[in-house]
Order: sequence, then C-alpha cells, then structure tokens
Amino acid sequence: MTEARQTVGYTEYHPRWYRSRVSTWWWLTRWPYLKFILREISSVFVASFVVLLLLQIRALSRGPEAYARFQHWLQNPLVLLLNLVTLFFVVFHAITWFKLAPSAMAVRFRGKRVPDLFIVGTNYAAWAVVSLVVAWFLVRP
Amino acid sequence: MPETINLEVLRYSPETDTEPSFQRYDVPLRKDWVVLDALNYIKDKVDGSLTFRWSCRMGICGSCGMMVNGEPKLTCATFLSNYANDAAPVRVQPLRYFPVIRDLVVEVTDFMTKLQSVKPWLIRAEEKPTSESEYLQTPDQLDRYKQFSMCINCLLCYAACPVYGLDPVFIGPAAIALAQRYNMDSRDEGAHERMDVLAQHEGIWGCTFVGECTQVCPKHVDPAGAIQQYKLTATIERFKSFLLPRGAK
Repeated sequence: MTEARQTVGYTEYHPRWYRSRVSTWWWLTRWPYLKFILREISSVFVASFVVLLLLQIRALSRGPEAYARFQHWLQNPLVLLLNLVTLFFVVFHAITWFKLAPSAMAVRFRGKRVPDLFIVGTNYAAWAVVSLVVAWFLVRP
Repeated sequence: MPETINLEVLRYSPETDTEPSFQRYDVPLRKDWVVLDALNYIKDKVDGSLTFRWSCRMGICGSCGMMVNGEPKLTCATFLSNYANDAAPVRVQPLRYFPVIRDLVVEVTDFMTKLQSVKPWLIRAEEKPTSESEYLQTPDQLDRYKQFSMCINCLLCYAACPVYGLDPVFIGPAAIALAQRYNMDSRDEGAHERMDVLAQHEGIWGCTFVGECTQVCPKHVDPAGAIQQYKLTATIERFKSFLLPRGAK
C-alpha cells in the first residue's frame, strides 16, 4: 500500500475497498508475460555460461593436461544439455531484445523519426556480422 | 450471429459482500453494440444497481476502462460481436491492480497523486507576458511529443503492468509518458524538476520493460517507449553531472 493511499482524506467513505492479491503465477496468464519472464530467466543461463568460460580459462592456465580433462568433462551429456539450453536462451534473448530496440531508441533524421523496421534491421544485421566474425575466429584452421 | 450474448460481470457491494462474485446476464447481441452498450442495457432494463464509470462512449474520456476476458479494454471500443462465437460468456471485471470501490468502479487516487508528482504542465523559468508574444512551435517540434500527448488517463496501461501490480509504489506507465510529453515539448523548461521524481527507483528504474502497457494503449501512446527513452536521458544526465564541471551542466 502506498503512502498516498493511506493518507487520502476520504477513505472513511470507502471503508471496504476490495483488493485482490496478485497471484504468484501471474506470468503464466498471458503469453507476453511468459515471454518476458523467459527473457529475464535467460540471465541465469548466461551467467552459467560465463562461469563455464571462467572455469575453462582456469583449466587452460593450469596446463594442457588440466585443459584436456576439462574438455572431457564438457562432453558430459548434462553439460551438453546445459549448453544447449543456454544457446536457446541466448538466441531467444537476443531476438526479443533487438525487437524491442526501436521503442528505446527514438532516432530522428532530418526531423523525421527513423522507422522501427530500420532500427530492428540494423540491430539484427550488426548481430549477424559480429556473430560471423566470432565464428570465423573460432573455426578458422 | 446468435441473438443474445452472455455476460459475466463482477459484482461487489462494500456494504454486503466480503468479496466480489460474478453475476450472469443475457444481453441482446447487436452488430453495432460494444461492451459498454451491454452494461448500459443491463443497468437500464435488468439490474439498476450495476455500477460502472462511463462518459463519452467514443474513446476520448478514458472512464470506461475495464477488464474484458482478462484484457484491459476501453469498453466503449470493444465490440460484443468479437466474442459472439465464443462458447464462454464475456467476462467483465474492474481494472486489475486497483482497489475496487463497487462493482466495476475502481479507486484511482493513487494514480492522480503520482500524475501530479511529475508536474504534467508547461514549466517556464520566466513566464513571458502574453502581450509580448506567444510560444511558437514548428510542426517538427510538435511531432516530437505529440504521440505522448494522446494519453486519456484511462489506466489500461496500469492494469497491464505487472510491475505496478507487484510493487504499487511504481509511478507507472501513463504518468511517465505524460512527464515525457512535457519534457519533450520545446516550450517547456521543467525537465530538471521532473527528473527528481522520474529518475528514482520508483520512477523509470522500476520498469522492467514487459512492454504490455504499449500493447494495450487505445491511443497508441507507447508508454514503454517513453520510459526506455527516459532511462537513456537519465543515464546521460547522471554521467554529465559526474564528468562535467559545475558551470557546463
């Protein structure tokens, strides 16, 4: 209850307002809410990937044997599953996030607002280019 | 099209009820009838005690916002025929997240207080006398804020915002969009005053960008956009206050 509500002068004339509680499961009631929660949850998986990466760097610093052991551990089906789920969430986050970009970026050019489609398009294009560059570094012989 | 349609309306009488309950009504189904027409039919012909707010019945006054089948809607702009083929009755409930006074009428003082706190009016450092000149504005300058000025305070955006439901101290979509309407007005000089209220946790930073406020807005105001854009402005201003010498701000 906000302070404003507590202090309004005429509450005595509405002695019995009915207030419904927000259900714990409110985010299951509509697809856009669920999509929002999934996007928020994606941060957990992104964090788990960062932890994996840090562990990988630690293994690398401990020499080739430790790194080989770590790579073997990465092949564990559970870790593979975790990485697969993480990939899904990262892609989901990126797609939905860039789609929201136009409402946060009101770019104006010569007095007119740049169309939403252009902003979404350039964001997706930049994402694709960066991903390709990273992929090229990873898979080059 | 069937001849009648079934409505399930939430009723609550503070004198007699401990909690609200649904009441069913059969209403003639006409092609040009909206949910508000059905409610007025019930009040006129079936049950005069049904209480709800309405005024203009043309999407201008913003009084008739209610939940229709769980979605925030202006009942004057929601046609019954859209629900004609549904097996379930059309559920009409008061706007979500607001305390209910009676039946479909909600208490909105909370919003009124918040709206006032963002000073939604033109603020000038020095007011020019009208004899001197008017405040001129180009069409481009008008275009910058016009979208946000379309808000009719119907509160559908609050009923769509889970942040407001879970954390009622959040200042909310419409109040922030209206603050932006004045911040972006070339005649206004009050952006700095509004920032104290807007750049708090209860202000823009409470928003987690669910984005539903924009989806349900009947006037295409885009409050979610207003909030995200202001987040950028507030961040830039904060950095400026750290980095720039006092005189250059």
